[in-house]
Amino acid sequence: MLAWTIYISFLGVPVLLLLPKGSVRAARILALLTAVAGFAVTLWGFAQQRTGELVTVARAPWVPSLGVEYHLASDGISLTLLLLTGIVAISGVLFSWNIEHRAKEFFAFYLALIGGVYGVFLSFDLLLLFVFYEIAIIPKYFLIAIWGSTRREHAAMKLALYSFVGSAMVLIGLIAAYVVAGARTMDLVQLAQFPFPIHFQMWAFPLVFVGFGILAGLWPFHTWAPTGHVAAPTAASMLLAGVVMKLGAYGCLRVAMTLFPRGLDAWGFHVFGFGSWRDVFALLALIGIVYGAMVALVQKDFKFVIGYSSISHMGFVLLGLMTLQQIGLDGAVLQMFSHGILAGLLFAVVGRMVYDRTHTRDLSELETMHLSKAIPFAAATFVLGGMASIGLPGFSGFVAELQVLIGTWRSFPLFTVVAGVGIVIGIAYTWRAMQKAFFGSSNHSAPPTVAPLPPISAPERIGAMILVGASVIIGVYPQLLLRVIVPALHSPLFDGLLKGRGK
Amino acid sequence: MNILPPISCLTIVPLLGAIAVLALGAKNKRLAGGLALTFAFLALAITLVLWHRFNPISGGLQFEEVRAWIPVLGVQYHVGVDGLGLLMLMLSAIVVPMAMAASWHIQERVSLYFALMLMLEAGLFGTFTALNFFHWFLFWELSLIPAFFLIRLWGGSERAAAATQFFLYTMVGSVALLLAFLAIFLCTGKFDFMDLAEMARNGQFLPAFAAISDWHRFTAEKVALVLCFGVFLGFAVKVPLVPFHTWLPAAYAEAPTGTTMLLTGTMSKMGVYGFLRILLPIFCVQLRLVRTPLLWIAVATIVLSAYAALAQRDLKRIFAYSSINHLGYCMLGIFSILKFTGENPSLANEKAATLNGVFLQMFNHGLTAATLFWFVALLEKRSGGLRGLDDFGGLRKVVPVLCGLMGIALFSSLGLPGLNGFVGEFLIFKGTFPLATWPASVSVLGLLLTAIFILTILQRVFSGPLQERWSQMPDLTVGERLALLPAIALMFVLGLYPQLVLGVINSTAMQMVQQLRF
Repeated sequence: MLAWTIYISFLGVPVLLLLPKGSVRAARILALLTAVAGFAVTLWGFAQQRTGELVTVARAPWVPSLGVEYHLASDGISLTLLLLTGIVAISGVLFSWNIEHRAKEFFAFYLALIGGVYGVFLSFDLLLLFVFYEIAIIPKYFLIAIWGSTRREHAAMKLALYSFVGSAMVLIGLIAAYVVAGARTMDLVQLAQFPFPIHFQMWAFPLVFVGFGILAGLWPFHTWAPTGHVAAPTAASMLLAGVVMKLGAYGCLRVAMTLFPRGLDAWGFHVFGFGSWRDVFALLALIGIVYGAMVALVQKDFKFVIGYSSISHMGFVLLGLMTLQQIGLDGAVLQMFSHGILAGLLFAVVGRMVYDRTHTRDLSELETMHLSKAIPFAAATFVLGGMASIGLPGFSGFVAELQVLIGTWRSFPLFTVVAGVGIVIGIAYTWRAMQKAFFGSSNHSAPPTVAPLPPISAPERIGAMILVGASVIIGVYPQLLLRVIVPALHSPLFDGLLKGRGK
Repeated sequence: MNILPPISCLTIVPLLGAIAVLALGAKNKRLAGGLALTFAFLALAITLVLWHRFNPISGGLQFEEVRAWIPVLGVQYHVGVDGLGLLMLMLSAIVVPMAMAASWHIQERVSLYFALMLMLEAGLFGTFTALNFFHWFLFWELSLIPAFFLIRLWGGSERAAAATQFFLYTMVGSVALLLAFLAIFLCTGKFDFMDLAEMARNGQFLPAFAAISDWHRFTAEKVALVLCFGVFLGFAVKVPLVPFHTWLPAAYAEAPTGTTMLLTGTMSKMGVYGFLRILLPIFCVQLRLVRTPLLWIAVATIVLSAYAALAQRDLKRIFAYSSINHLGYCMLGIFSILKFTGENPSLANEKAATLNGVFLQMFNHGLTAATLFWFVALLEKRSGGLRGLDDFGGLRKVVPVLCGLMGIALFSSLGLPGLNGFVGEFLIFKGTFPLATWPASVSVLGLLLTAIFILTILQRVFSGPLQERWSQMPDLTVGERLALLPAIALMFVLGLYPQLVLGVINSTAMQMVQQLRF
């Protein structure tokens, strides 16, 4: 049944393209219905699957001579990310309600991207996963190159090149694993049980981890992300930061870490105090947290602030993964969900509510516009989103980062303090952006001239409420997701990872 | 007996109120205010019922509710009150309607203003009843947001800087607090305050820390001391203690006066409450090691803030520094009971007296300081926003009722016997003299300085030559008199019959002292 999330999204593509010319309204409604249907299917699957253990969704031979199967399955981690995709997809359509330029194609690419993402989260055959992963890259390129803004060709090209380099690394690692195992299978569950030689894991792990990590915004391979997010149209930014970055983190956990758990073991020697790949990647994640936050602090462009904040928040996901603690991994998965929702929300405010009305994203120009008076709903949404983003209790970010930090205390105590500094800088940049964009120049003696801006439309309001609501619900009752995430991480698939730590 | 869990209801009522005010009051300003006041009174009524049903003989927790919440993190929904918690609930429930009444003249975005006040009230109720760190921290931060926006959107001319400073100081404190509690959770696997206090009493704490003390060759004692400092920082900023107080005068002065009443009346108590409920039971051993410097920090807070108040010319800033001064006595009392007394029963009694004094002082200061700021609001309303010490003079002749009632509040702040302020300070000093003689003696200087600036206010504002421009100042209206009456009456009642409060808190104080015995 869950497989229908993929089919529905891909079915939407030809139907959209077959619509008669100029039927913009029908295209929007069709896209919305498709997104809602995908979400409904996920919800149904979520309700069915009580424990979060691995359940096969569909299985059929595909390329029997290579042992490649069409194997879809889901566990608690996939379910969490499917839910995220569904929510962001729906609100993304709502925030694209004003697209007039080639709307049919826009929504067709949009649905193709979503279909690919659903596919990645459900694939348990490595080749299948890789195929879906590649499918997701193409629509991203066109969404940015055709409907984007600021230096869109440059950004689209950069994004595509980074993605392809990453996929190439992943592909080399996967083929090597296939050959070394010699089991004539690409099945993730079977390969995960294969004891790869440790020296093989030692080079395959970093290769695949970095390959996926590029898409997760791993420092210093993150530079595609801010430019891509900024250039993309609002709905695409929401999907890019909200869901596509999660593809990378999901790949790190599901493929790199599950297949090659021994790759995280100690090297047996120390280079500059680093004793294993785990130390190296934890440090890179930490640098991402602090560096992303510091760069966000000095941006002039409102959208770049959010773009760099994504790097910082994804650093928490990667740091959580590197703790190799149950609680740290719980936190990392929850943080994927939480950041997906919040990045979507913040990009929606910046791109749709503010930029589409004021046609500027320059913070010093916005400062003179009194936006908190002109569009109070946007200001209120940004304040809520910002509060959630800095990790105030009561919102999803808090529970997630809390667990990551607890895991980090256990594994890298010193890093926790630095991550704490990252949180404080996070407060500072969110603050600065909020003050400048919405509450600026209220101290001026000049009488405020409120620019007449079009009011916030109903689809925008609904979209914002969906995202804020999701963050609050998970923030207040995280058990809703932890219920499926925790058993998933207890499954035998992660035994090699969690039981082998500290060697 | 209970169909509805009383504490959960109490916390939800203001939240529902906030939603109702936002939803219904957007068009009609008076409706928004009236609705908000109704919900605030409803909360007060529930608190009164709790007070009535509270069993004063037991010093332990009552009305407890325990439910599963996030099992992975050891987080339960655990609420309950003892005498201290109940007293703080009562204080919040009394001060919030007062602050609303004092904000009646607000014109801009009225429904949002009152909704934020109700949210703040919910935050206070949650903070004073939650017994699990996660749950408590949620409300601790929840109260910060509305306070920030109340200052930021409705404050005076320097509001942006004041609000930012307020938020950043408190946030840094909160992050330190959070990291410390994460480390504690890591060592013990517990977030529940009661469980943690129990562990500390049984001496299971240091062994638990020893498990992680191999980091960087820290001993368990040092780890515990560092964590204790992290938690301390969070609360010290909130109270505030010198030298973490610099956000306070600006925030109090720039906030709209109704909000200042809430800040000083209730939010500053959150810090002191944190010391009593969290830091003292859990980190008793660590605090005892640094007792002497802590005592002198409290003395510095008392004396320096009183001295600073003397130098101010703005009435709101004077009362802001005076607030720091009054809470300094609470901190002096708290730190003095850390003294090791062994089995000496008479000193144990002194400790109980000190704690009773601290509780009373918290309540009394909340009531008195809120009332004083209310009077400043009334003066501002009549003077068109002026509130300098030298802007007035001889008001006694034109507005005798205002001056008379404000005089009562001023004398209560001074600690005149017969009024509420006296009893708390008396009990604190009675207890601290034998427990910490030198700090107590030096801090008497604070009392003297307070007397000087209070009398200065009386002289400059009420007596002296009348300035011509104020000769037409209207006196208090009947409505204002009626609104002020309960507060003033309560000052007399508590001054003459403190047993009303002492009866509720005494067993809690006794039990706390017993549990701190070493």
